[in-house]
Amino acid sequence: MPDAHSPFVILLLSLFAGAIRVSTPYLFVSLGECLTEKGGRVNLGLEGILVSGAMSGYAASFLTGSPWAGVLAAGLVGLLLGCLHGLVCSLPRVSDIAFGIALMLLGTGLAFYLGKPFIEPQAPGLQSFDLGTWTSSPQLHNALHINPLFVIGVALAFVLQWGLRATRWGMTLRLVGDHAETARAMGYPLTRIRIIATAVGGFFAGIGGAYLSLVYPGSWNEGLSSGQGLMAVALVIFARWQPLRCLWAALLFGAAGALGPALQSIGVTSGYYLYNAAPYVLTLAIMIINCRPDRTLAGAPGELSLTR
Amino acid sequence: MRPHAQTARILLALLPAIPTVLALVGTLVLFSLFLLVQGQPFLDAVGLIFQGAFGSSFAWQSTLLRASPLMLTALCVALPAQVGLIVIGGEGALALGGMCAAIVPEMLPASTPWLIATPLMALAGMLAGAVWIGAVGALRQWRGVNETISSLLMAYIAIALFKHLVEGPLRDPASLNKPSTLPVPPSMMIGPLPGLEVHWGLLWGVLACIGAWVFVKYSTKGFAMRVVGGSNRAARLVGLPVNLLALAACALGGAAAGLAGMFEVAAVQGSANASLLAGYGYAGILVAFAARQNPLAIIVCALMIGGIEASGSLLQRRLDLPDATTLVLQGLLFANLLAWEALGGRIAAWRVQLQAAALSDINLPMEQTHA
Repeated sequence: MPDAHSPFVILLLSLFAGAIRVSTPYLFVSLGECLTEKGGRVNLGLEGILVSGAMSGYAASFLTGSPWAGVLAAGLVGLLLGCLHGLVCSLPRVSDIAFGIALMLLGTGLAFYLGKPFIEPQAPGLQSFDLGTWTSSPQLHNALHINPLFVIGVALAFVLQWGLRATRWGMTLRLVGDHAETARAMGYPLTRIRIIATAVGGFFAGIGGAYLSLVYPGSWNEGLSSGQGLMAVALVIFARWQPLRCLWAALLFGAAGALGPALQSIGVTSGYYLYNAAPYVLTLAIMIINCRPDRTLAGAPGELSLTR
Repeated sequence: MRPHAQTARILLALLPAIPTVLALVGTLVLFSLFLLVQGQPFLDAVGLIFQGAFGSSFAWQSTLLRASPLMLTALCVALPAQVGLIVIGGEGALALGGMCAAIVPEMLPASTPWLIATPLMALAGMLAGAVWIGAVGALRQWRGVNETISSLLMAYIAIALFKHLVEGPLRDPASLNKPSTLPVPPSMMIGPLPGLEVHWGLLWGVLACIGAWVFVKYSTKGFAMRVVGGSNRAARLVGLPVNLLALAACALGGAAAGLAGMFEVAAVQGSANASLLAGYGYAGILVAFAARQNPLAIIVCALMIGGIEASGSLLQRRLDLPDATTLVLQGLLFANLLAWEALGGRIAAWRVQLQAAALSDINLPMEQTHA
C-alpha cells in the first residue's frame, strides 16, 4: 500500500475523483450529440442547450424545491431547443453547423436573460451517494461521492450502445444517418426521424446542464459552462460515434478538466490558466491524431457534414 | 410594357435583400413577443434600441467604437468563408493580436516615433492572428480536422494563454486590481479621427472591408478562392492550389482579427488586459453571417450589431432589463437570418421570372423589326 499522503497519490486520487465528478456533463452532451449525429446531423448548439439546461434546472429546483423537477425541466428545455434545431435545419438550404452556432448564441442569451434573478438564491442541489464511508483517506472518500446522474449517464451509455445496435429503432436511425437515399427508398420518414434524434439529443444535453448547476459546481452563474458542450462534439468524433466509447472519453475529459484544481490541491498554483486549458489541448490533439484529410473516419455516419 | 420592365429591374436589384429584410422583421416580431410575454413595454424597448444605437451623437460614437473591431473580426469569418470554411475563433486571434501588439512598445526605445512604432504594433498583431487562424486552416487542409470546432478550441487555448501571460510573466507590477501588460506610452497611442471621438481603427476597418471586397470580387486569387469555396473538387481538377488558398484565406482573416486586437490595445485600452475579451470575436461571426460573407456588406452589418450592443446600457438604465437582452436579440437575429435562407430556392425562381420581364422591353423592338 503506497503512502496515501504522498502528493502523487493525492494527485491521482484527485484526478480520479475529478474524472467522475467533471465527466457527467461531457457524458450526457456527448451521448446526445452521438444520437443526433447518428441521424446524420450535427448540432453545435448543444453548448447553448447545456447553458439553458443549467439555468432552467436551477430555476425549477429553486421554485419547486425538488432537484429532480429541475433535472426534468432542464431536459424539457433541451428537448425544445433541440426540436427547434431539428425543425429549422429541415428547411432547405439551412446549414446545420451554422444554425448550431446561432443556437449557441440564442441559448446562452436566453439563459443569461432569464437566469438573472436566480444567480443570488440558493436552490436545493442533487445529493450524491456516499460510498466511501469505509475509507480513512479523505481524498478517496471524496472520490467516492457518486451522483445518481452519473449512474444514469453510465446506464444510458450502455442502453444506447445496445439500442443502436440491436433495436429496430436504432438501426433505422443509423440507416438514415448513413445512407439517406436508401432510407428514403425504404419509405422511412427521414426528416421526422432526424428531428426526433436532434430533440432527444437536446434532452440529454439539457440534463448535462442540470448537473452543472445542481451538482458540480452546483450553482448558477454566467460563467458556468466553459465550452463543455462544444468539446463534447469533438469527443464524439474521438469516440467514433460509439456510446460506450463516449463514456470512456468523457471520463478522460473529466480527468483533464480536473487537472487544474487537482494540481492546486497539492500546492502547484502557477500556470493555473494553462492547466485549465488541458481539455481544449487534449481535444485538439485527439482530433489531430484521429482525423485524416483523404478519407472519412471509420464509423462516421455517411450523411454527416462534419466529417466531409 | 415599359414601366413593367422597369419595376422588374428594380425588383431584381432588391431581390437579394429579401431574406435579410424578412429576417430583420421576424427578429423584431419575435423579440417583441419575448418582451410582451413578460409584460415588458416592447415598443419602448425597440424604440430605445434605435435611440441607444443611432439616436444621438453620443450613441453614434458608442456604436462606431464597437463597429470598428467588429468589421475586422467579421472579416475573420468572411474570408475563410470564401473558401468554404466556417471559422469561429476570431476571439482568440483578437486576444493574441492585442497581446503581441502590447509587447512591441516594451522592446522599442521610448523615443521611437509613432510612425515606426504603430505599424510595428499592427504588424505584430496581424502576424499573431494570422499564425493562429492560419494554423486552423492548415489543420483543416492537411489533417482534415474540422475547422469550426478546432477554431473555437484554439480560441479557448488562446484566451488561456492570454490570461496566463497577462497575469503572469507579462504583468505590469503596477497594475494591482486589473492585471495588465505595461501600458503603451502615450506617444505611441492611436488618437481619434479628425472631428470625431472615434479612433483611427474605424477608418482602417472600413478600408480593410473595402480591400477584402475588391480582392475577393476582382482579383484572380480572390476568384480562385471562391472557386474553392464553390466546389473543392472542381478547384482541384483545374489545378488550383486548394490547400494554399485555404491557408491564405484563413491567415488573412486571422490577420484582420489580430489587427482588431491591436487597435483595442493601442487606441482604447492602453494595454492588454481582460477588457480585451469583450466578445468582439464572437459578435463578428454574427456580423459576417448577416452580411452573407460579403466584405462590403460587413460595414453596414457591423454598424447594426455595434448599435444593438451599444443600446444595451440604455435598456438596462431605462427599463431595468438585464444586460443579456442584447444577447437574446442577437441570438434571435442570427437564427432568423439562417432560417430565412430557406427562401433561397423560391428567390431563384422569382429571379428567372423577373429577368424575363426586365428583358421584355428590349425584345419588343426586335420583334417589331422582324414583323
